[in-house]
Amino acid sequence: MSLRVLVGCKRVIDYAVKIRVRPDKLGVVTDGVKHSMNPFDEIAIEEAVRLKEKKIAKEVIAVSCGPTQAQETIRTALAMGADRGIHVEIPAKEMEKLEPLHVSKILAKLAEQEQAELVIVGKQAIDDDSNATAQMTAALLDWPQATFASKLEKTDGELEVTREVDGGLETIKVKLPAVVSSDLRLNEPRYATLPNIMKAKKKKIAKMKPKDLGVDLASHLEVVEVVDPPTREAGIKVEDVDTLVTKLKDAGRI
Amino acid sequence: MVSRGVLLGRWWCTPAGGGAVVAAAGGAVGGGNKGHHHHHQQQQVRRYGAHYPIDDVVFGLTEEQQQLRKTVFDFAQKELAPHAAEIDKKNEFAGRREFWRKMGDLGLLGITANPEYGGSGMGYLDHTLVMEELSRASGAVGLSYGAHSNLCVNQINVNGTPQQKEKYLPKLCSGEHFGALAMSEPGSGSDVVSMKLKAEKQGDHYILNGNKFWITNGPDADVLVVYAKTDPTTAKPQHGVTAFLVEKGMEGFSTGPKLDKLGIRGSNTCELIFEDCKVPAENILGKMNGGIYVLFSGLDLERLVLAGGPVGLMQAACDSAFEYVHIRKQFNTRIGEFQLMQGKLADMYCTLNACRAYLYSVGRACDQGHFNRKDCAGVILYCAEKATQVCLEAIQCLGGNGYINDYPTGRYLRDAKLYEIGAGTSEIRRLVIGRALNSEYK
Repeated sequence: MSLRVLVGCKRVIDYAVKIRVRPDKLGVVTDGVKHSMNPFDEIAIEEAVRLKEKKIAKEVIAVSCGPTQAQETIRTALAMGADRGIHVEIPAKEMEKLEPLHVSKILAKLAEQEQAELVIVGKQAIDDDSNATAQMTAALLDWPQATFASKLEKTDGELEVTREVDGGLETIKVKLPAVVSSDLRLNEPRYATLPNIMKAKKKKIAKMKPKDLGVDLASHLEVVEVVDPPTREAGIKVEDVDTLVTKLKDAGRI
Repeated sequence: MVSRGVLLGRWWCTPAGGGAVVAAAGGAVGGGNKGHHHHHQQQQVRRYGAHYPIDDVVFGLTEEQQQLRKTVFDFAQKELAPHAAEIDKKNEFAGRREFWRKMGDLGLLGITANPEYGGSGMGYLDHTLVMEELSRASGAVGLSYGAHSNLCVNQINVNGTPQQKEKYLPKLCSGEHFGALAMSEPGSGSDVVSMKLKAEKQGDHYILNGNKFWITNGPDADVLVVYAKTDPTTAKPQHGVTAFLVEKGMEGFSTGPKLDKLGIRGSNTCELIFEDCKVPAENILGKMNGGIYVLFSGLDLERLVLAGGPVGLMQAACDSAFEYVHIRKQFNTRIGEFQLMQGKLADMYCTLNACRAYLYSVGRACDQGHFNRKDCAGVILYCAEKATQVCLEAIQCLGGNGYINDYPTGRYLRDAKLYEIGAGTSEIRRLVIGRALNSEYK
């Protein structure tokens, strides 16, 4: 069996950008800020492309939900080796309210429509750190899930997935079709080569809206406040262990 | 396939194990936790290692060109930038061969060469973008790249016979071979046609005698485009020049010791020595006694592509300076918020972008087959001189730290200065433009 693989790739603020909280404290500044593909999604794309190179996958479809610029993210995926893209258009203003459940519904619907047998997504996006899309997509499809994958091998009709868990590695088997989320050490994504960047131009990106897929974007979550992480304060030097213990007790640490 | 692994400094990258835990602890706005655990300001500045974003839309780059910049930026910052200071300090790039293979795999080395011979078949503006992003990471490796990919590879691609291309381009494009070009001599710098290296016919070979000097990639090159005098009797000296393809290991060819330079250190430069060097006649590049055409047509593109170097160095200077002045505090104020400093930043920003706009405009014209000699000279004249000035301002922004070699701004300055001298001095570039203007009023 040769698989059709659907891969989610989210456009996020670039990992190297210093994040600034908006004055209204309801989000972070995104205007004029460098964006790139969520690093965990790059790993997901890389894994899918490797499956195709090993002839385990027959086609890799990259999906991104977002404003027009999400197409740049899809082009990156195409330049890395995905075969075609699907851009689910979400206006920039609605993007803030897009929740993992919405994305899961979109991915689940697309997996059905495209007759995909494998969905791979990053374990989380580095902007909202939700870590929920893979799990909910699996639930909506009623497919098995293999999250935090650090190794993936296909055996007959099954995937053998190594997962990084506290204190070691866990190996599980899931029947296909399945949903996998990629962890950091699953692979090292490639650089797109120049010829592949040029070829990506000719690959197709289909455009659709959430409502075309019957997905309602009603909110279930409300952002109450976004604040900067606390700044670390200077430490103090203490005379002896007794003073240290007293100070720690005063600070409520012990 | 070049795999890139994880970029240095990604906050969620822990050495092994616990990745998920760390990432989760980062929090929604946790991306900003970089540097919080470092009291020392100097350390903080390095840790940020910020890159001031380039608004590619303003400069009219196509989607593919934006993708190209992103790819080369990621590659250069991950694979090259961490080594740039050491390359400069030791005047040696230890991983040169391996790095060249990686560039070959990405398709950077033969970027303008025909895909039939292993090239990527892309344009000159694309080439300048790559030159810019590599130079932003390391001025030295940027120059070595320019010498290889434009001076050598593109010259062979444009002027070579199918047999020559077949023989030399695939290995130059893959990075198995290093390329160079040799024009200057100890006594013939700006006055290039006064060259003394002579080539005399002997059967089906030419015998070369003389020297070339200041040759970028000279110590490492496997294939060199070399200009020599084949006819010393012509009325005009330029009519007796021929270009040859010389290979390392050819009888009578040797190289002098590596030169100790002010900047661009680690991009190896040396003298080439020809003592009865036997070069087959089939290795003539272009026409016999037609070398000057090869030379001057190549110089236009060399000036264009190499101008990506100073633009990349200017960008690097702004990357460092803009970040620094927004961290460094004096009088309890971030120094970038003082008006004198604001003025400096604004000037650096505008200068960089004006240079870039000029460079890309000329690059785009060349891609359309329109080569304007005045502007090819103008673009490197302007970008090179401005780069030196912007790098000096970056040093000023960093104050005492700008003057010590723990910070990269001093290296940027030393690297930038090269571009006012190499590939034609500023004086020669002005002469080229001035003469062209004069001729329009004859």
